[in-house]
Amino acid sequence: MELVLGKPNQDVFAATLLELAQHDPNILVVTSDSRGSGKLVPFGQTLPDQLVEVGIAEQNLVGVSAGLASAGKKVFAVSPACFLTTRALEQIKNDVAYSNNPVRVIGISAGVSYGALGSTHHSLHDFAALRTINNIDIMVPADNYETRQAVLAAMNHPRPMYLRFGKRAVYDLHTPDTPFEIGKAIRLREGRDVTLIASGETVAPAVMAAERLATVGISCRVLSMHTLKPFDVEAVQQAARETHAIITVEEHSVFGGLGEACASILMQGGYHVPFKIVGIPDEDTVTGSQAEIFNHYGISAEGLAATAQALLQVEQLS
Amino acid sequence: MDVQALQLKSVAYRKTILEIIKQSGAGHTAGSLSCVDILNVLYNHVMNVSPDNFTDPNRDRYIQSKGHSVEALYTVLWDKGFYSREALATLNKYQSKFIGHPTRKVPGIEQNTGALGHGLSLAVGTALAAKKDGRSYRVYTLLGDGELAEGSSWEASMTAAHYQLDNLVVIIDRNTLQITGRTEEVNGLEPLEDKFAAFGYVVRHVDGNDIRALIDIFEQVPFIPNKPNLILAHTVKGKGISFMEDTVKWHHRVPSDEEFAKAIEELDSAEVKLKAAV
Repeated sequence: MELVLGKPNQDVFAATLLELAQHDPNILVVTSDSRGSGKLVPFGQTLPDQLVEVGIAEQNLVGVSAGLASAGKKVFAVSPACFLTTRALEQIKNDVAYSNNPVRVIGISAGVSYGALGSTHHSLHDFAALRTINNIDIMVPADNYETRQAVLAAMNHPRPMYLRFGKRAVYDLHTPDTPFEIGKAIRLREGRDVTLIASGETVAPAVMAAERLATVGISCRVLSMHTLKPFDVEAVQQAARETHAIITVEEHSVFGGLGEACASILMQGGYHVPFKIVGIPDEDTVTGSQAEIFNHYGISAEGLAATAQALLQVEQLS
Repeated sequence: MDVQALQLKSVAYRKTILEIIKQSGAGHTAGSLSCVDILNVLYNHVMNVSPDNFTDPNRDRYIQSKGHSVEALYTVLWDKGFYSREALATLNKYQSKFIGHPTRKVPGIEQNTGALGHGLSLAVGTALAAKKDGRSYRVYTLLGDGELAEGSSWEASMTAAHYQLDNLVVIIDRNTLQITGRTEEVNGLEPLEDKFAAFGYVVRHVDGNDIRALIDIFEQVPFIPNKPNLILAHTVKGKGISFMEDTVKWHHRVPSDEEFAKAIEELDSAEVKLKAAV
């Protein structure tokens, strides 16, 4: 099945938010000179009173957002994920999570979206950093449908939440009637041999890998793990029970993210299946576009199919 | 509440601060003593905050950015009736809600603070929400002078001026000491008035341990419409206890039995003097 290219997820985020904010003056967007990259220029033009600009100051962005949220505003604090979750980490930890001010912290141009702009502009640490902080949920939508659903879900979410969006157009993966629930993985492909558990923009290459594996007779389950916190433990354990190997895929460091979350569940649950974490290794990230970086580290149909075959080989030998 | 009554409250607050620090075996003694007169005037004379209206969206807000001086805040909130003296006595104890920095687990606390340089952005956001909603509440925030080295406070100051937050009142507890020594020796802050004025505040000076002067300065808010208010409150760290005043070592020192007895004695005689003056 040929996948169809949709829009960048952050465009869908901005359009969904504008649609909702037009009916709810309590919704505010707070930006740090980031409305352009956040595709929020139309929002600012249509609803100027609902956009708060604080300039290039991420710590202040998050602190001000927390103050606004404490006074009852529905706040979306939008800034590139690389700066937002590093420079303002203490504000996210204390002013949002610990103080329980339900800000929607929006990391845009996340992962390696900025490609060749380099490591200053990459966020490959955000899952790891935020997973260890109590009282903030983490969502990483894979396609335009998941993005819209995540924004709708975030609107009425009672707790702080981090949402992460990329800047490149992504493939449509879901039909509009797909059930979507925070903390529940979506099974995109059924399979018996191997499970690919992917999040965000790595789900599409996982789906393509499954198609490729099908042509050589390998049946591959694909899960979109769009929520990293709260985590769908059962989906991972079920994959371990029902398939012979598990591969995790993420646009993040191989340390501290989706892969290690799954590893922890499997080990502590007593599941011993061949297992591989695919992500960005702990090295100076190769220069290139997002697609080139993905290919380089095996986050591609070819790369993931090869990883799956190698892993299943190991299982057959043992 | 009249000036003498407030002055007597300050003496009583100082006793309670020392008692709970002594009892829990930890606390930020001198900083709590330097700012307690400011809190006294805010909670008992200026702000419309009480246990009865704490969920009212129109209440005034107080955010303590210098979270370590929490003993002063817990003491004043206890006196306001937010919780019992028994509850307050659990400060720092195993499983107590009363943590060594402000926490919303404790009734009356607006924001969890303790990491320095956070309160002003929180206050700016809360004041901005009042403007957006057309509400008339004010937001008061107390910063330590040492914490002004945190750049985030200056980021927040730019936003306060940009959004013309005349409902924001920033109070600096200018006791000139931080944990290492004099602020001017650690990383010089002066000229503070010029810096704050350049960032868009209307700056006023006050003796931050003088009840009458504090009442007077808060009554002048807003100093100029459409500009954020900043009060440089000149205080004495350890105020009210002769051997603690203006000394670095009392930043977070717990008094010995002998020191505690002497401090209470000094406060008792201050109380007698005040009552005689009435």
